[in-house]
Amino acid sequence: MKPDQQALALWPTSASLNAAETDHLVFGFTALTLLLTVPIFIAITVFAIWFRDGRIAHRSYRENRNRLLEVSWMLIPFLLTLVFFYWGARMFDTQKHAPGDAIHISAIAKQWMWKFQHPGGQAEINDLHVPAGQPVVITMISQDVIHALFLPALRIQMETLPDRYTELWFKADRPGTYRLYCSEYCGTDHSEMGGYLTIMQPAAYQRWLERSSTPGSLVAQGRAAFSAHGCSGCHDGGGMVRAPSLAGLFGSPVPLASGGTLVADDGYIRDKILDPGRNQIAGYRQLMPSFKGAIDEGEMIALVSYVKSLGSAAPSEGATP
Amino acid sequence: MSLSESLLHRDPAPGRGTIGRPPDYLHDEHTLRSWFFSIDHKRIGILYLLSITFFFVLGSIAAGLIRLSLVVPNGAIFSNDTYNKLFTIHGVVMVWFFLIPSIPTTFGNFLLPIMIGARDVAFPRLNRLSWYIFVCGALFTLFTIVVGGVDTGWTFYAPFSTTFSNTWVIPALLGVIVVGFSSILTGLNFVVTLHTMRAPGMTWFRLPIFCWTMYATSLIFLLATPVITIALLLLVLERAFGIGIFDPALGGDPVLFEHLFWFYSHPAVYIMVLPGMGVISEIVPAFAQKKLFGYRFVAYASLGLASLTFFVWGHHMFVNGQSEVASLSFSLLSFAVAVPSAVKVYNWTATIYKGSIKLDTPMLYAMGYIGLFVLGGLTGLFLATLAIDEHVHDTYFVVAHFHYIMVGGTALAFLGGLHYWWPKFTGRMYPEGWGRVSAFFIFIGFNTTFFPQFLLGYLGMPRRYHTYPPEFQLLNILSSAGSLILALGYIFPMIYLVWSLRYGKRAPANPWHARGLEWMTTSPPPKHNFETPPTVDFEPYDYRDRESRV
Repeated sequence: MKPDQQALALWPTSASLNAAETDHLVFGFTALTLLLTVPIFIAITVFAIWFRDGRIAHRSYRENRNRLLEVSWMLIPFLLTLVFFYWGARMFDTQKHAPGDAIHISAIAKQWMWKFQHPGGQAEINDLHVPAGQPVVITMISQDVIHALFLPALRIQMETLPDRYTELWFKADRPGTYRLYCSEYCGTDHSEMGGYLTIMQPAAYQRWLERSSTPGSLVAQGRAAFSAHGCSGCHDGGGMVRAPSLAGLFGSPVPLASGGTLVADDGYIRDKILDPGRNQIAGYRQLMPSFKGAIDEGEMIALVSYVKSLGSAAPSEGATP
Repeated sequence: MSLSESLLHRDPAPGRGTIGRPPDYLHDEHTLRSWFFSIDHKRIGILYLLSITFFFVLGSIAAGLIRLSLVVPNGAIFSNDTYNKLFTIHGVVMVWFFLIPSIPTTFGNFLLPIMIGARDVAFPRLNRLSWYIFVCGALFTLFTIVVGGVDTGWTFYAPFSTTFSNTWVIPALLGVIVVGFSSILTGLNFVVTLHTMRAPGMTWFRLPIFCWTMYATSLIFLLATPVITIALLLLVLERAFGIGIFDPALGGDPVLFEHLFWFYSHPAVYIMVLPGMGVISEIVPAFAQKKLFGYRFVAYASLGLASLTFFVWGHHMFVNGQSEVASLSFSLLSFAVAVPSAVKVYNWTATIYKGSIKLDTPMLYAMGYIGLFVLGGLTGLFLATLAIDEHVHDTYFVVAHFHYIMVGGTALAFLGGLHYWWPKFTGRMYPEGWGRVSAFFIFIGFNTTFFPQFLLGYLGMPRRYHTYPPEFQLLNILSSAGSLILALGYIFPMIYLVWSLRYGKRAPANPWHARGLEWMTTSPPPKHNFETPPTVDFEPYDYRDRESRV
């Protein structure tokens, strides 16, 4: 399935409220731009003709400075543009806080492909299926260089960094197939690292999920990895070693030995598995070995999903206080 | 009659062979040695002019090949790797070897001492050294990126540049690092020159605005260049010795590189923009025969821009997971940059009002500059708007925006200044008709090339794409067609300016009836700039005698 191909596209389709509002913002800002620039262009042209050398024109009362005028044309355009600063900032703020009831999809980027994984474990390459009308959070990470997930129909993008989760969220409202791109230059086949975003009616999305094969839900995959890597030996409470329980951990503040707290989000759990010695937890000795090199990003996402499933303390995950 | 008036009202004949007058700087000595070992700021300026023209031609050829490739959406003309190397050549050469040195090292070197009534810059030997450093570093990098090839883009983002690229990254970086020292030396030289070498009577507020912008630019050279030197050196250390600084696999942080890179590279934009503003501030009063409107505001705005530019680097990072508070602050600070920029544009417009306008070639460039710079600047505010940047970040919208600033701004100002001061540099007039025709070609060609790229970017075409969806092809063809017109606009001046060296009319000392010390000496100036050291007893842009011509 490919997006409708026009011979000449002049404006991108918008598939979410955010996209429509971004367009309005751009229209408004363009109008202000015209208001500020057209008079300059006209003035320069008219002055150049009217006051051209040799033409008799009224040139007396020439001023070389006028403080009031200068301050006003310095400040009035600035204050007018601040309206758009505020509008853009407010939208950006909304973009930074995903609603609590969102569907979580993970993305792993590597040279030069995208792998998306749904909560039920369904995985897809360079294609992303999402339901319309429901908020979707994409948590992403790169296995090599910096990439960026760019969804122009939704007017959003986010860099995908190695070793660090970033996320974006959206609520699409117009079913259809749109393009997705990598927008951060990442090497030889950068321009081919893209695919399609398919927005589906919720029922169709459910059918698609059921049709797609899966090795088991992310939580189940995570549970298996949790046993396979021996995490359960300490963290399930039955063993000899006193390790913190993971029940109710996700989203809760963790007291650190050095004082202060950290919120246990996706990134925190990932860091603790790979580099447990960093940010030591208050009341525990540092015994856990690092799993660096033993767990790849795909398995890590399953493990994090599993830890998340053990209960979450905060009412809305993904929201940073 | 004061000295300045007596200088002004005399129209000395060109230097060669006139009895009782020393030969001009061009005819002082003719050996190659007298050029390559010269410590005369004018000769060094001309050496720089030749060098950066060479790099501009190479960078333009790479740009032409990029536009050629983008005529077809499937990238059939080059391989992906070749395309990536081409845009790296274009970016590295144009940014580091043309735009950054362009106006300061050519017009700055040639004119700054003359404009303040000095015999030379404060450290003439350091000035010569800076040219050698520039040429050695730039040619070294040029060799590696053309013969070996580098595919990182001019931004050298880690960990791609340190761990994943299989190209000649280290030598390319070393050359760029070396060139940075030439910038630092030039900046140092200009700051000291402006502080210590001004002629008697040349107070700070009698300096032409060009000198103020050179001062502001030099401060950025001095304060920002060391940061990029260190950042690029850290890349070399990581790539060569595996010292973990930016690559997370080695324990580093790639976002740190983005911060270090833009902490220099955003101020670098003003290294390119401020000198252009300086040139326009000279041309507009000369061709309006009217004092520059709001001199002090324009002077302070230059320093304001040079300061503000150090606090906005984070607007390149709205979509990299930077904290929300940081993004909001950088967005607001970036909007504040509009204040000093608006001062300049409105004050130029007010200067034209009630002037006696001559639409000669330099003025055509200046008017084109104002239009394109305004569009480039305001689309910059679009990019500073958080919600818009989330969409157009790293798309062709950004490419169009910065080309409006750097080609529409800096390159047009450079060409305008080159025509304006050409009689002073060479003692010859260029053919005015050809000058106007090329200015027209450049304006039309530039807009045809880059305006469609705003649309492409908003449609979602990412930058640095060798292949692209077919629905973007028509706009890309339009853009490539525009680049042909633009190329003609660049080729004409190269021909007629060289032609004028031999066949051009001999230039009088002051062909534009302009004010400023550079017009009070012969064209071309004598070796020591003035026959008698000048004393300044007049205000800048002192065009009031025209006021009587109502």
